[in-house]
Amino acid sequence: MTKEERYTQLKAIISPYLPEDVTVDTITPESNFIKDLNINSANLVDIVLDVEDAFDITLENEDMDSMQTVQDALRIIESKVA
Amino acid sequence: MKNIDDILKKLPYSDPFLFVDTLTNVSDEGVEGSFVFKESLPFYKGHFKEHPVTPGVILTECCAQIGLVCLGIYLLGRDKIVETSNIQIAMSSMQMEFRKAVYPNEKVRVISEKSYFRFSKLKCKVTMYNSQNEVVCKGTISGMFNVKENA
Repeated sequence: MTKEERYTQLKAIISPYLPEDVTVDTITPESNFIKDLNINSANLVDIVLDVEDAFDITLENEDMDSMQTVQDALRIIESKVA
Repeated sequence: MKNIDDILKKLPYSDPFLFVDTLTNVSDEGVEGSFVFKESLPFYKGHFKEHPVTPGVILTECCAQIGLVCLGIYLLGRDKIVETSNIQIAMSSMQMEFRKAVYPNEKVRVISEKSYFRFSKLKCKVTMYNSQNEVVCKGTISGMFNVKENA
């Protein structure tokens, strides 16, 4: 899977958790999940669990703490996929 | 049982908003407990006028206190020192379906099964039964649990 494909897949994972007033087109690599995309911390946990299933990886508490933006998530995914 | 007394003592609620009498079972996978809705509870006066029925939000609260909060305190207590003063709890989402009414002085039993507890979020499947073992309500409840360090 290429970087671009991973980014597309990540956006698809995030999309159902976006509040009604935020569209999927709003997502950029720089988007902060909580501040920009208005996702709450409980839904962020569900995004992480979906990411784990989709990419067959396991995230640790430190990964969760450092996952502020979409780019952070991509970096963590890339470091973990074989 | 030591575990159970310890959990009940740490619940951050008191009368008239404590909806846990006792726990009969607690494990890593789930919890079971009960509560009697005494007719003296204040909301019966207004829900409904001259026709007291336990409000659905209160049934949900009872499910959350037994199924989510008691279980969360137990799970957190396995590797951290948890005190009422240093625990932060917030219900983050719930979805409930109601089948039976609960009248004053009825005893209910709540069974909760852990779906997951990861990154501070606990999600449970909960079911409430009345004393005839009929399902009163069932659904899923999630909450965030944080323990403040050095509180």
